[in-house]
Amino acid sequence: MIAPLRQIAKLGRRTLDAVTRMGIAARFFLATLMRSGVSFRRFSLTIREIYFAGVLSLVIIMVSGLFVGMVLGLQGYETLVTYGSESALGVVVALALVRELGPVVAALLFASRAGSAITAEIGLMKATEQLAAMEMMAVDPVARVVAPRFWGGVISMPLLAALFSAVGIFGGYLVGVVLIGVDEGTFWSQMQDAVDFEEDILNGVIKSAVFGVAVTAIAVFEGYDALPTAEGVSRATTRTVVTSSLVILALDFVLTSFMFRGV
Amino acid sequence: MGKAWLDLWVGLFVVAGIGALLFLALKVGSMSSVNMAESYQVSAHFDNIGGLKVRAPVKSAGVVVGRVSAISFDDKTYEAEVVLSLDKRYAFPKDTSAAILTSGLLGEQYIGLEAGGDSVKLTNGDRVKLTQSAVVLENLIGQFLFSKAQEGAPNETAE
Repeated sequence: MIAPLRQIAKLGRRTLDAVTRMGIAARFFLATLMRSGVSFRRFSLTIREIYFAGVLSLVIIMVSGLFVGMVLGLQGYETLVTYGSESALGVVVALALVRELGPVVAALLFASRAGSAITAEIGLMKATEQLAAMEMMAVDPVARVVAPRFWGGVISMPLLAALFSAVGIFGGYLVGVVLIGVDEGTFWSQMQDAVDFEEDILNGVIKSAVFGVAVTAIAVFEGYDALPTAEGVSRATTRTVVTSSLVILALDFVLTSFMFRGV
Repeated sequence: MGKAWLDLWVGLFVVAGIGALLFLALKVGSMSSVNMAESYQVSAHFDNIGGLKVRAPVKSAGVVVGRVSAISFDDKTYEAEVVLSLDKRYAFPKDTSAAILTSGLLGEQYIGLEAGGDSVKLTNGDRVKLTQSAVVLENLIGQFLFSKAQEGAPNETAE
């Protein structure tokens, strides 16, 4: 075959590989859902995973939330004060956090903190043939190892995003009201006028739940699909963080365009 | 780490997460201000509602007494029909008037109710007869320019 044709054939094979991999991932996702009975019947398994994915992510989520909120307070004030409307600072901070930054930044942090850990753990279990050993003992590794981690992440993510937004708003309050001296009453009352429960808060929660499903599904699949070598596990961990970050940002655009259609 | 500690930490995490959600819903969002379990619907027709939106507040003497629950266009009279749901705790006389006002110079628009002197009260399904439309800034500027031009006109003819 001549050289250009070989290049095109290579491209074709890459495309086919990518599609096949997506198909395997989708089937794995369905299998995880079908076999998640154990993770609810023996809920202590899931609780363990909520601890590792959720509780241990608390520090990074809350510290980042505080700083993001404080930065929003400073930057929002700097911009708003030129228009003499610094009383709208609460609105700016709360809407930015509840609608976008809370779910998105919390999910990005969650992907790099908990998602990578899940991938590395499952990948290493595969590399050291623990998963194969389980199968030998007639224990389903998907039900016993994968599903609890998946549900642990899915349950943790909305709670982490809500904490991120709440701490962030507190950070904005600290900078805006305590440090700069925006009036406390207008800060909260304008915020309450502008933030709608269904439109803003509920949509934020839905977003974070979707991100939680996406991130943990990617993380468990990459771990289960990793080549059983040290290099394979490290590559799978990298892929988890890269893929889930891209998926979070892309999904965020799709969800936002459905939720806030400029009404 | 023991199982009891694990359960405790996860329990604390869940409580904190739900607490954060409640904080967002009650303190940040406006869920606490729409605790109108009981309300009655009153309609009002306006020539022009300007930028009024559904869920805009209805105020009387500056106090929020209800919300705008629906806005529609009546193609018989070519007027806007606005449905107000008012808090059942507050009763208004039948000859109450409604006006679309703006909070601040560029703030959001709301409906202001001015109570009349009738002894019969408004009830569910009634219509507010006296209404005053929103002030449209463009019309106002147009009128101002027009009156200014008229002021200038006689001087020119006098010369």
